[in-house]
Formats: sequence, structure tokens, C-alpha cells
Amino acid sequence: MSETTVTPDQPITVEEQEVAPGFIGQNVPRKEDRRLVQGEGVFVDDVKRHGMAYVHFVRSPYAHAAISAIDVSKAMELEGVYGTLIGEEVAAETEAFFQIAPPPGGDLQDYALAVGRVRHVGEPVVAVAAATRELARDAADLVEVEYEPLDPVLDPETAADPATTQLHEEVPNNTIWQGNFDYGDYDAALAEADKVVRIKRLHFHRFSSTPLETSGAVVEYNRGTGQWTIHSNNQFPGFAIIMMAPALKVGLDKLRFVSQDIGGGFGNKICTHVQLVAMCLLARKLRRAVNWTEWRTDQHTANSHGNERVFLDVEVPVKADGTMLGFKARMIDDCGAWTRYEPLGCIIWAQVTPGVYRWRNVRVDFTQVCTNKSPCGPNRGYSRMQHLWFTERIIDIVAQELDADPVEIRKRNYIRADEMPYETPNGCVYDSGDYARCLDEALKLVGYESIDEKRKDAESRGKLLGVGIGSTLDSGTNNFGQSTLVNPELQFSGNNEVATVKLDIFGEIVVTLGTTPQGQSHETTAAQVVADILHVSPDDVNVRAGHDSYWNSHAGFSGTYASQFAVTGLGAAKGAADMLADEILKLGAAVLGAESADEVELDGGFVRRKDNHEAALPFMACGAIVNANNAVLPLELRDLTLNCRYVYVPPHQLPDKERKYGNLTLTYANQIHACVVEVDPETGVYELVDYGAVDDCGVRINPLIVEGQVHGAAAQSIGAATHEIFHYDEDGNLLTPNFYDYHVPHALDMPPLKTAYVESPSPFTSLGTKGMGEGGGAGLSAVAAALQDALRGSGKPIVSSSSNPYNTVWELLRNPDESRQLVEVEDR
Amino acid sequence: MIEPVRGQRISVVVNGDRHERDVEARRLLVHFLRDDLDLTGTHVGCDTGNCGACTVIVDGVAVKSCMMLAVQADGTAVETVEGLAPDGELHPLQQSFSSFHALQCGYCTPGMLMSAKHLLDHNPEPTDGEIRRAIQGNICRCTGYVNIVEAIAAAAKGEVK
Repeated sequence: MSETTVTPDQPITVEEQEVAPGFIGQNVPRKEDRRLVQGEGVFVDDVKRHGMAYVHFVRSPYAHAAISAIDVSKAMELEGVYGTLIGEEVAAETEAFFQIAPPPGGDLQDYALAVGRVRHVGEPVVAVAAATRELARDAADLVEVEYEPLDPVLDPETAADPATTQLHEEVPNNTIWQGNFDYGDYDAALAEADKVVRIKRLHFHRFSSTPLETSGAVVEYNRGTGQWTIHSNNQFPGFAIIMMAPALKVGLDKLRFVSQDIGGGFGNKICTHVQLVAMCLLARKLRRAVNWTEWRTDQHTANSHGNERVFLDVEVPVKADGTMLGFKARMIDDCGAWTRYEPLGCIIWAQVTPGVYRWRNVRVDFTQVCTNKSPCGPNRGYSRMQHLWFTERIIDIVAQELDADPVEIRKRNYIRADEMPYETPNGCVYDSGDYARCLDEALKLVGYESIDEKRKDAESRGKLLGVGIGSTLDSGTNNFGQSTLVNPELQFSGNNEVATVKLDIFGEIVVTLGTTPQGQSHETTAAQVVADILHVSPDDVNVRAGHDSYWNSHAGFSGTYASQFAVTGLGAAKGAADMLADEILKLGAAVLGAESADEVELDGGFVRRKDNHEAALPFMACGAIVNANNAVLPLELRDLTLNCRYVYVPPHQLPDKERKYGNLTLTYANQIHACVVEVDPETGVYELVDYGAVDDCGVRINPLIVEGQVHGAAAQSIGAATHEIFHYDEDGNLLTPNFYDYHVPHALDMPPLKTAYVESPSPFTSLGTKGMGEGGGAGLSAVAAALQDALRGSGKPIVSSSSNPYNTVWELLRNPDESRQLVEVEDR
Repeated sequence: MIEPVRGQRISVVVNGDRHERDVEARRLLVHFLRDDLDLTGTHVGCDTGNCGACTVIVDGVAVKSCMMLAVQADGTAVETVEGLAPDGELHPLQQSFSSFHALQCGYCTPGMLMSAKHLLDHNPEPTDGEIRRAIQGNICRCTGYVNIVEAIAAAAKGEVK
């Protein structure tokens, strides 16, 4: 069953204290807002401790260099400087970080500070701690580091050549990982094809979501217990802890992660474990709390970039009617200097191997190389975004070259609603969805029915109009077993998330979550789910803000990443609330003299007898009896705690390592975006004049919150398509290290965004929800397609890059034939 | 040689309260507010004056407080996000931001609110284009600005529940 709804112009406001079941699906106002609009949130740099030191990192000015000497003596002479930390100390006191890759990629030695060599501009070399931020910076200027520059490796396409300089002694040919993926029968598909379209090269560029709050931490060390408390904005403490504890040679429980409000993450705050280890060492060494707040330039030069990826020798077998049979490609992924979360990106794309298409025959040769650039890591749409952009480029290039209609060719190749659940050639099971219907809705949003008139109107104004579509998936609730497809020795699989729900002495309902929200409204949506189960108002449900790994609502995969909260986090909240409801019913039945729990029900903060609603026990009495007056209870009810913990575990199975086969995520939300551009043919300057985004993430707990995610993801993808790029010069200097040069969308840059929704509930989740929030990659495809469409009459250039600033469009207009060299069509 | 002046005593009225402090000459206004006065609602997002998270109102002018020295604020009256709801009753802009889901992570919100307040203080009936121009110096990475523009327009029209 699917429902189409368009978001109402005005949000629905729920009256305070309104008590009604059925809060799921309503635009309940956010619990988080009251503190945030008053500036009373607690972000990491708001945390202060007595005598706290401020830390500044001395960073490499070279892309690649040997460190020949470090002298901190002048810095230490400055009054108010507490101490320093250098790579040699780190190497002596910690183990190199655990690596996900198998050898040789897995042999590289990664520490919290550079040891002996620097491998990208901005790499931390020395940490300096002082009484104030300004003083720490002054002291850092006095640290003397001598470098012997080495040749930088910057081009992923030549990084693996034997003649190229090697970044890591342990990693020959700079090749972190290589694997072949072969699904269906590609050779048979090629033989069956009526036409074969070949594309020499497509390029997905480097950018990142650049959260407005940079990374940071306040770290305290308790010398009595040997325990660190890490106030940070790390968004995946489960991962950080398992990376940090072995490095620091301590048990997991010695690292307590705490956060309240986090100023955006988008995946970029997953890999801060590196800096956090340096902070732990400093807190222990200096015997004081230490604060590190990353500078904007540091975030751009040395945080987590989205992976750059090149698609080479692409081959697409096509039938005469436009049916595509699959594809073959060689892919080179550039992970930068270090492999913090990598090489997981080498498998994560395979969650969406055929995109939204019925392509059964796929052959991919995938290589990941390291280069002297900032390390890469998860970035909203991680690894799937690159791949889905590639599938959409295939569709639109094939459509153009075969003179097919981009709408019709999509519909011919889309997986159909009546085929759901659909098993892809590599064993992923798309749970539900109706892509063709979403496309129709998206086209309606941009007035596609009158597009010919709009084209003529634009022409009359000297503009070239183009329409583009982006069809993407937002796969969520990872099966971590996919990690074994890059490294068979790993012992990770499945997924989990935890929630606790308790009823306190005075009847207060308290929820704790294992997640680390960065704006995704977990307090609100968890309260909606719990309120419906306990038959109270969300106002009656206190969801603790933020994350604390000492709350006992923390599991191995706890965190907020990879589109999963609506499944894992809310699944856990639902499970714990169901347990609590059962306990309250059991208690109420006993106190109210009912034969069994079936004879009572929850209603408005009471447990009541169904046959006599006047016979009722308030939640406050339930909480008081169990917590503080339990001698009144019969012995058989003394096991009631009214404090319930539930671990949500999705029904994942181990994938087949040999065939690289299996279901890699539980849910597959989809997005179809359509955009209309108008290009000035003289200059290449263009404007997005209309934009429609249709999202299907199954049941929406809070439609307004879903819409916020759709807006934000679309904006990031429009920014990436039009302006945002991490551009390096030939020496490996980042040319866009701040918001002057790295232009993110401002209010005036954004086109009008129109949205619509189709709801195809997931049959695989307890609430019918699907993880969502990363689906904006569709915008990158839609912009590329719209530009190609607009330029069609100007020599049919091929849009081959995900990055299309005005000057790139101007180049395409000026010299369309150059890009046309990338494509050839073989008639059979 | 004359020693450069390294510090100065300043007197600033912030949200109606007068504060006197000795500050280093190079202390930025944003760090004076955050670190010396513990008014941590004003945020730092970029260090270069591009993002607007640190926007406050100084003597009636919207200012990026990372682009102003604390000593330059001597003798001025500064309004920060903490002053918008002095008695706990939300300012119409604050209520509107919540009603229209104009914030997600909330990091840009204080600066965005102060830019919006400055706009409405001077132009009570702004057009959509004027709203966008007024907040073009404030970066939001979460919302795509759609709901922010709507929230400001609704607050201007007094249409906030």
C-alpha cells in the first residue's frame, strides 16, 4: 500500500498536554528546539573545566615530506604553555590503529600524530597545550619542524603505477585494496546486446558536507581509576571506542563518551578517534582537562573528505528497445593519505550495485589507492552516492546517444513496484518502493507537462533550458558483515542499537538512546513512538538529550550514521517501551484485582480495568510501588523493575565472502529528484530555476522532520554539483581550505525546493520505517543530467564530472567535441 | 621602545547587563562573549567571517563577532541570542523557527536569529528576496534555508502559533 501526500503549507501544531494515541505520523514540534533557539544547547566547545588547557596542532605545510627534526623548546619557554606531544611519544605510548583492510593495505601504521613522515597538507605533527586558545597558537608558531620534501602523489589514476612514489612503506603501488565483482553473466549480456555504449571516463569529485560546527573535544583523565571522559562531537562512539581502546592499551570501559548537542555531522565526525587519542595522551600527561576545537581550515585540510572516484572503460550492453542489461567498469577510488574508515567504501557501494535498475549483469574491477591528500571517510551518502551518480550518468549518456527519452528509458529499466521485494544480482533485497510513480510525482513538481513551452520561453530570452532527473537509493541499517567482503578475517556482522525506557518514582517516563544525534530530532521522534505505546503525550516522555556511553544504552554499533535511526534507534525505543507497557499492565492487573493483564489497559497515564475505567492506577503510583514501596507486592511480581532495556538487532545474515553476495542493508529508501536549469550559452553561467524532490522512506514518524532532511540533503547535493570542490594544486596544497574558497550554498544560491512523498512501508521493520536522510545524492545526478540536456543542441557534449561549476559548463560549450571523445556506440 | 598595549579594561552592556573586564587587545568579541561571559549561545563556525554563526547585534548593527575585537566593543550595547527570551517567553522568531522546523542541529540558529531580528527591526515587512539577502551571510548546512525563510516571513506577519 502506498500513500502520496504533499506536505501541508503549515505545520500541524499539537496542543500542549494533548493526550491522544497516534502521535506517529504527526508533525509534533521538536523537543530539542526550546534549548537550541535560546542558545542554551551544549555543544562541545561550550564544555568548560577548571584549569583546562587549549590544544593547537602544528600541521604539515607539505603534502609529502620526511620529518628530520622537531624542536619544541622555544614553545615550552613561553609562559602559560603546559606541554607538547610529538609523534615519537605517540608511537611509544600507543599501538598503531587497527586497520580494516587486509594486508598489505592493512599493514600501514597510523598514529594520532605523524611519525617520521607527513603525508598530506594539514596532517597533525605536534600538539601544543596552553592556558588560552591564543597562547596555544602562539606557542605552535614557535615549534620548529624540519622537513625534507618528497614527491607528492596526487593523481589516483597513476597512483598505482610502479614508477610512482610510494606513500607507505608497507603498501606497494599505493594500492590499499583491489577486488573483482562479477554478478549475473556479463559476457552473455554483451553477446545478447543490440548496441554497446562505451564511456571512457567519468569522474566523481572530492567534497564534503563541512558541518558548521567543526570537530572538537574536552577530555578529562581520572588518575585514580585510569578512566577518560571524552566530551566530544564524535558521531559514532561505538566505532571510536573500538579503535581507541586497543591503541591506548586499555579496556573499552576506560573510555567514556559523552555528547549533548552536535552541530551537524554528515559522517564527517566519525573518524575523529585519531585526534581524540592525542587528547587522551595530553590529558594524562598534563594532569588537566584539555580542549581541542578544530579550526575551519583544519576541518577542510585534514578532516574527512568524501571519496573521489574515477570510472574507467565503462561498457553498457543495450537492447534495441532501450533495455540495458548491466554494465562493466573499472573503478579507482582515492581515499587520501590514510584509511581511517576505509576501505569500507570499497564494498558499501555494492549495497546499491544496480541502482534503481533491473540490471542483472555487472562486472566491476574496484581498486582503492592512497594519495597525498586529506584522508577520506563517510560523507552523507557515503560510497553509494558516487556509485548512484555513475548509474545515473550511464542512463542519461545512453539515452542521449541512442536518442531515447530519459523518462521513458528510466521507466523501462526501473525495478517495478510489483517486483518488490526485489533481489539484486548481488543478493541485496530492496524492501519496497515505486520508482516510476515517484518519477511521475517529481516531474509534476517541476511542471514537466509544459516543458516544451518553457524551453521555447527560455530560448526567447537567449537561454538554454535543460531538465534532469536523479534517481537514487538511501540504503540504511547496515549489515556490518559486508566488512568481511573486503577483509575475510574481520569478525563483524549484523547491527544493533539500544534504548532504555523507565518509569520513575514520581511517574516520569525517561528514555535513553544509544545514538548521537546531530540535528536528526531523535528526542522528538523517540518520544512519539514511546508515547503511542504507553498511551501518553510526547510531552510526558523525557528523552535524555545526547549520548553517554555510561548510560547502558550503548552497544557495539551505537551512533548516528548511515541512515538507520528510524529502524534501529526507534526499533530499540519501541522494544523497550513495549516491555515497560507489559510490566505496567502486569502490575496494574495485580493492584486492581484483575485476573490477568488482558483485563487492563493503558490510557492517559493510568492503567485501567477495561470493565471499569474508574478503577485506575496512575503511572506515578506504579513507579512509586516498584521503586519505593515494593514490600506491598506479591512475591511473584518482585521481578518487575519498570526499567526496561531493549537491544534492537536486525535480521541480517552473514554474506557469502567468496561470491561477495548477500543483503548488505535492511532498508532501501528512494529519492527521485528533477531539476530545471537555464544556461547562458555565452558564459556557461546557469541557474536552477525549478527543483522537485520526491522521497519514499516508508512510514514517516514526523513528516516535517523528514522534509527537513530532504531539504538539507538536496541543498548539499546542489552545492556539491555546482560549487563545492576540494581542489589541490600540483604540489598538493588544498586551494579551498575555508568558506571563502569553498563555496557552500547561501540562502541566495538555493532554488525553490518543492517536495512530495510516497510512502511504501518497509515490510522488514517493526514500524514500517526506513532509514533516511542521505538521499540528496540525487541532486548531483539531476544537475549533471539537466546541464547535458540544456547543452544538447550545442554539440551534444557529455557531462562526465559530478562537479559542474560555470567554467566547466563554459568549457563544454566551447569545445563539445573534446567531451564527445569519451563516448562511442557500437551497433551490433 | 614603547611596549605595545597588550590589554585593556572594557565595559560592555550585554543583553542589558553591564560587564567590566580586562581583556587582551587581540581578544575577539566572540571569545569575550563565550569564554569570559560564558554566553555560549553565540557560536564559531568558520574563523573567517563567512558563516555568521557568531552574529550579534552591536548598537543596533548586526555584526559577526569573530570579526570584531572585544576592545572595539568597549562602551557598546550588545544583544546576543540569550537576550531574545529574557523571561523564558520565546521571541516570535524563536517560536517561528521551531514551528516551521527551521533548525536541525541548531548550531547556526543563534546567528541566524540575530540576523533575522536585525532585519525585522529595520524592515518589519520584508519580501522573500529581502529575507534571503538578510541571511546570505549566515550559512546553514542542514536545512537548505527553505524553512528558515518561511519562519522569518511568518514571524514578520505575526502568523506564528
